[in-house]
Amino acid sequence: MRIRHLLPVLLAPWLLTAALANPFEMTLKNGLRVIVKEDRRAPTAAQMVWYRIGSMDEVDGASGVAHVLEHMMFKGTPSVGPGEFNKLVAAAGGRDNAFTSRDYTAYFQQVPTEKLAEMMRLEADRMRHLNVDPKEFAQEIKVVMEERRMRTDDNPQAKLFEQMNAVAFQAHPYRRPIIGWMNDLETMTAADAKAWYDTWYLPNNAFVVIVGDVDHKEVFALAEKYYGALEGRALPLRKAQVEPAQDGTRRVNVKAPAELPVLIMGYKAPVLRDIDKDSDPYALQMLATILDGHDAARFNKKLVREDKVALSVNIDYDATARGPGMIYLSGTPSEGRTVADLENALRGEIARIQKEGVSEPELKRARAQLVASEVYKLDSMFGQAMEIGQIESAGLPYQKLDRMLEKLQKVSAAEVQAVAKKYFTDDTLTIGVLEPQPLDGQPRRPSAAPRH
Amino acid sequence: MKNAMKKLLTAIVALLATQAALAGVKIEHWVSPTGARVYFVESRVLPMLDVQVDFAAGSMFDPAGKSGTAALTRATLDLGAGTRDETAIAEQLADIGATLGGGADTDRASIAVRTLSVPEKRNVAIDILRNVLQAPRFDPAIVEREKARTVASLKEALTRPDSIAGKAFWSALYPTHPYGRQATPESVAALTRDELATHHARYYTAANASITLVGDISRAEAEKIAESLVAGLPAGAAATLPAPPVIAPGNTVKLAHPASQAHVLIGLPAIERGNPDFFPLLVGNYTLGGGGFVSRLMKEVRDKRGYAYSVYSYFSPLRQTGPFQIGLQTKRSQAQDAIKVTRDVLAGFLKEGPSTEELAAAKANLTGSFPLRLDSNKKILDNVAVIGFYGLPLDWLDRYQEKVQAVTVDDVKQAFSRRVRPADLITVTVAAD
Repeated sequence: MRIRHLLPVLLAPWLLTAALANPFEMTLKNGLRVIVKEDRRAPTAAQMVWYRIGSMDEVDGASGVAHVLEHMMFKGTPSVGPGEFNKLVAAAGGRDNAFTSRDYTAYFQQVPTEKLAEMMRLEADRMRHLNVDPKEFAQEIKVVMEERRMRTDDNPQAKLFEQMNAVAFQAHPYRRPIIGWMNDLETMTAADAKAWYDTWYLPNNAFVVIVGDVDHKEVFALAEKYYGALEGRALPLRKAQVEPAQDGTRRVNVKAPAELPVLIMGYKAPVLRDIDKDSDPYALQMLATILDGHDAARFNKKLVREDKVALSVNIDYDATARGPGMIYLSGTPSEGRTVADLENALRGEIARIQKEGVSEPELKRARAQLVASEVYKLDSMFGQAMEIGQIESAGLPYQKLDRMLEKLQKVSAAEVQAVAKKYFTDDTLTIGVLEPQPLDGQPRRPSAAPRH
Repeated sequence: MKNAMKKLLTAIVALLATQAALAGVKIEHWVSPTGARVYFVESRVLPMLDVQVDFAAGSMFDPAGKSGTAALTRATLDLGAGTRDETAIAEQLADIGATLGGGADTDRASIAVRTLSVPEKRNVAIDILRNVLQAPRFDPAIVEREKARTVASLKEALTRPDSIAGKAFWSALYPTHPYGRQATPESVAALTRDELATHHARYYTAANASITLVGDISRAEAEKIAESLVAGLPAGAAATLPAPPVIAPGNTVKLAHPASQAHVLIGLPAIERGNPDFFPLLVGNYTLGGGGFVSRLMKEVRDKRGYAYSVYSYFSPLRQTGPFQIGLQTKRSQAQDAIKVTRDVLAGFLKEGPSTEELAAAKANLTGSFPLRLDSNKKILDNVAVIGFYGLPLDWLDRYQEKVQAVTVDDVKQAFSRRVRPADLITVTVAAD
């Protein structure tokens, strides 16, 4: 395998991208953007095609159609038969798959570099020429229902999360699960999937990210050759759907066969809209790292190890999204402790930051995580393609990834304390609780103190 | 002239490209003065270093009646060691942006560190790793806490159809061999701090260790690091293996569960690491159920009938005879239909083997995708650690493509008939009607 020196400068990782004028970008006449990041460390390449269309663009009664269409994208075009796409990728020594999120739908192949051109030809073909065959659809919709059973219906945590979002969001489409409600899947038709494809799968609603052992000029020429002939078209107007302000705590309980209870506390939070001007999302990211960014972070140290109130505790905050943001605290109480004990403990940790702020060593430690993860992420070409795609699909320019890091590094203790006060308020809180049920349907003897 | 030149250049370029693709990872190997086997791949591309230490200290070495010993020993290893308490370990790692990982499976207990390679960070990370390997405290209060967490997660696992199926599958395949023993809430609750210390003293020894280093250091530095990691360990002896698994007769285990989907596992003990049947089985299984979207199982169970989101088969070679496993999940009312289709696909494959087209497709993918197996330090580490731990030939990666290419339809049929005997297949269903 080829290993070349890519990084002569070791200690200033975020200067690298700029110094190498990499990634490179072009836009085809049909509106398709092509972003290429050269990484010559191994003779492989990753292609990702990102469509700016996700479950948040669905309407009531048709939930899950974005994801169903993702499945149908492997079912053939006039020139590539059903299942042939996977076969051709496999024959090329490649791996491929796809995923659907609230905000986007993305397709990828990882291949030996010399097979990249063929992958581009295949993706270009299905960008505008998909067959949505009713017979294929009839089988595939069953597969998706099995996927829903596996991922959600038989997974108590996932069920809780689904219910919690349905309560936290009332107007915004984030209230609907990506995989779709079972009833919507049952009533979905091939025509629904076809309409989705025809409306949204357009070069001007997509971008391509390629990372690997490639010359960007050659990739641009290939993009022109394969994607260039596709016609763009004006997209339907997407009206902003703003979630009304939440004025009071919401609670949702879910019963499912399980042993351990689960608590999720979700607070409405901002996401990045302007990388230069915004500041709160960076401070929230720093706060999340200080609470749960490593084994020495507060949640694990205090709640799991010292106080033993929880078996595990997590914080989850994504600062980039097309829709509204949430910051989630979640965990499972230890044996003999209740969900209420855990809720109090989590509230206590937030209150501690609100009152006392965070220390300089904690900030320093959080920054050290950022520095190291910037180097570690370069170990994966796919990871680098994901990073570019995710930020772009949230409507932010990947060229400013370095600027984002810079701003994260500059977050002060006062800013962390300020966002803790500003966003962790009961009025914007939604609480979800999983109430474990015995497998045999018999009531379970309480093993813990009753809720108070 | 111009054309000839061009031709020549193309030829040279093509040749270089071929070499680049074929040349595997350059593994340097030596035995440390204290007796540990060391495997090193120098990679200067990124300023980082991965070090993994593997011991033959997995759950197969749990004393009888003490299931969970290996896993809990590994889980508490880095929660206080030498002069550092668990907080000091976690904070010092966080301060330098290093991460400590690993775990215990049936065969191996692993501990791995990823760090930036600049000496002031690397040295701290290596020192912590050394501490954790050589002087874990097994603080009684921490052991009790981790026992409680493990017991809780085991109880939770016993409510999940996939975990229930997995546990039942291994028990049924290995009724008398340690591979079939499962940690239970009761067995873990009864473990003592001293039992963990004893397991550590017996198995975390130099003779029982293989060390893999991948990253931005020189051979001399690698030698120094490797020796520092094991110098303070007892020399010890390589772990003695239990008697090999005895094959149990075919059987069906049916377990009730309220889930909406049935979980189905079918398989039997099949092959150990280093066995020459590995390549015919690998190539053959690609067609049967290993080749993702293009396998026969995927086509018949998912694409044609919509029975399952996921259906697969694989061989999992272990130190001793590891399993062959087919798995799927399907709506509980159609479980029996899905099992029938699966068994038919398997029977057809065992009888006919892959077609010549299927064989060619399997080889094209397995050889063509070879560069993807090694295009990051992490992947190189994983591969080389397996080579080191199981004592596979050092040219295993270099000869991988050639060995795949050499497999014939007849090789596949013969290897499958030796390893996958229909009469010995065990079927486990959870939540099937």
